[in-house]
Amino acid sequence: MKIRVVAVQFKPRKGDVEHNLDRVAEVLQQVCEENIPADVVVFPETILSGYFLEGGVREAARPREQVLTELVRRYQPFARPEPLDVVLGFYELWHGKYYNSALYLTLEREAERCRIVHTHRKFFLPTYGVFQEKRFVARGRNIEVFRTRFGPATVLICEDVWHSITGAIAALKGAEVFYVIAASPGRGFHGENVGNVMKWQEILCNMAEEHGIWVVNASLVGFEGGKGFVGNSMVVNPFGQVVVSAPLMKEAMVTATIDTEEIAIARANAPLLADLESGLADLLIEMQEIASEQHARDRQ
Amino acid sequence: MNRLEVVKAPERTHDAEELLRINAPLVTEWLVEFLRDEMIRRRGFRRAVVGLSGGVDSSVTAFLCARALGPENVWGIRMPYRTSSAESLEHAQLVIDQLGINSRTIDITPAVDGYLQYEPDADGRRRGNVMARMRMIVLFDLSAALNALPVGTGNKTERLFGYFTWHADDSPPINPLGDLFKTQVWQLARYLGVPEVIVSKPATADLIVGQTDEDDLGISYHLADQILYFLLRGYRVEQIEEMGYPREKILLVKGRLESTHWKRHLPTTAMLSTTSINDYYLRPVDY
Repeated sequence: MKIRVVAVQFKPRKGDVEHNLDRVAEVLQQVCEENIPADVVVFPETILSGYFLEGGVREAARPREQVLTELVRRYQPFARPEPLDVVLGFYELWHGKYYNSALYLTLEREAERCRIVHTHRKFFLPTYGVFQEKRFVARGRNIEVFRTRFGPATVLICEDVWHSITGAIAALKGAEVFYVIAASPGRGFHGENVGNVMKWQEILCNMAEEHGIWVVNASLVGFEGGKGFVGNSMVVNPFGQVVVSAPLMKEAMVTATIDTEEIAIARANAPLLADLESGLADLLIEMQEIASEQHARDRQ
Repeated sequence: MNRLEVVKAPERTHDAEELLRINAPLVTEWLVEFLRDEMIRRRGFRRAVVGLSGGVDSSVTAFLCARALGPENVWGIRMPYRTSSAESLEHAQLVIDQLGINSRTIDITPAVDGYLQYEPDADGRRRGNVMARMRMIVLFDLSAALNALPVGTGNKTERLFGYFTWHADDSPPINPLGDLFKTQVWQLARYLGVPEVIVSKPATADLIVGQTDEDDLGISYHLADQILYFLLRGYRVEQIEEMGYPREKILLVKGRLESTHWKRHLPTTAMLSTTSINDYYLRPVDY
């Protein structure tokens, strides 16, 4: 199976969801009109509002159905004949709580056939230093794998993948393509590249290589109150190699064709996922022990 | 007995000189984008005014603004007082000439002395504060006249030391250098091509004749930046001392740092409600 993916990075206008939906639609229009090879177009974390909103999450959050409806309305005038899948990040209002969420959508020419395929709510909420997510949004509770038109996939958001266990769970559940959306403010300027750009590349390459999966990463750009998001969106193959990456800080889109058949080749060369599967029962007992001990210790 | 080779970790694992090194081309690229994004995209200003003191901070700021906005959109403002050194004016002119930016020279003496005639006994510190605040009046007024944004020039070391006049030097709405230590600003200056005479001269606020920053502060910037680096990361005094830094210098830096937190904040407001601004009602600056 070949999947043509596009990772997009642009600078959203702060808190202006309508304007940012317009821009998402503009990108989709460009993809359709210029025949840019695309089955899945991936946008960064919080692309509909910008990342640092603090209490502004209350004003910018939308129900997911509204995001779908608004995007479909904008997409219809130039909709292409074949379906187009979209991944995007936004602040979500769901069941009376706010979340940092991602949607996987399938857009079709007929508005009524457009649909939400999957919603991921960020599992690990960074709340340290410059990050304050736990103050303003609730934590998602699932790491799910879902079926797309192109096979099993997962969507993860930013700190979700800084914990290797999250990627391991998604891989064990059968995801072959990881859509990883991010908003990463640049810090660390003594190396050959911005510190967190190098860290991101290391994390995504390690994750792809360890599990033999494809990674499509879309990462926010633009300065928000002095904090600059790095961009450098990238696609990583199951051998842990960066196939393509977008420029630092600049608005851009990158394209790549994913060949899921390479997954088997990568896993045959390095069968780490199979090893993990075989050791899973023992690992689970180890984890349960840790959890029980922690629980007992905290009771003392 | 087979003896194995013993490989020891280096004694000194905290090389502050190395830790403070910056990738100057990358920082330049980043700060140019910062200025364009925060000025043009976010605030709708294409022009900048920079108070040029002839020192390294304001020179670097002018160099960055010229790169980001084009020299034709940058105004370098020289604001001498009658006791300011002639060298300050000359060095500011070097920057103006090298960059080809616009310039104005406003003598703040009549304005400063106009007030101080009522306070003839004001000491050097008060006089310096009046000068710094007068310079901000000029910068903000000229920015209104030119439809430009005043760009701040304060570096991280002086911000951490509280070595500035509150709501004066620190008041411009954007500041590219505020997260760079002084020794890092020097690195950036050399990369950008700021005239060497400016980079290598002793830093001075030039508010009192013959004054230098390092005399005022009681420590060299090289040493201060290294100690600050470790203090900010959470190392205890004893740990920093073990690295080989003199205890009295660590305590001096720590004292300055801890007595000036207030200077890095907005004024303290009495909270009465659950919608108190910046306590409960939280919106970012660019929202």
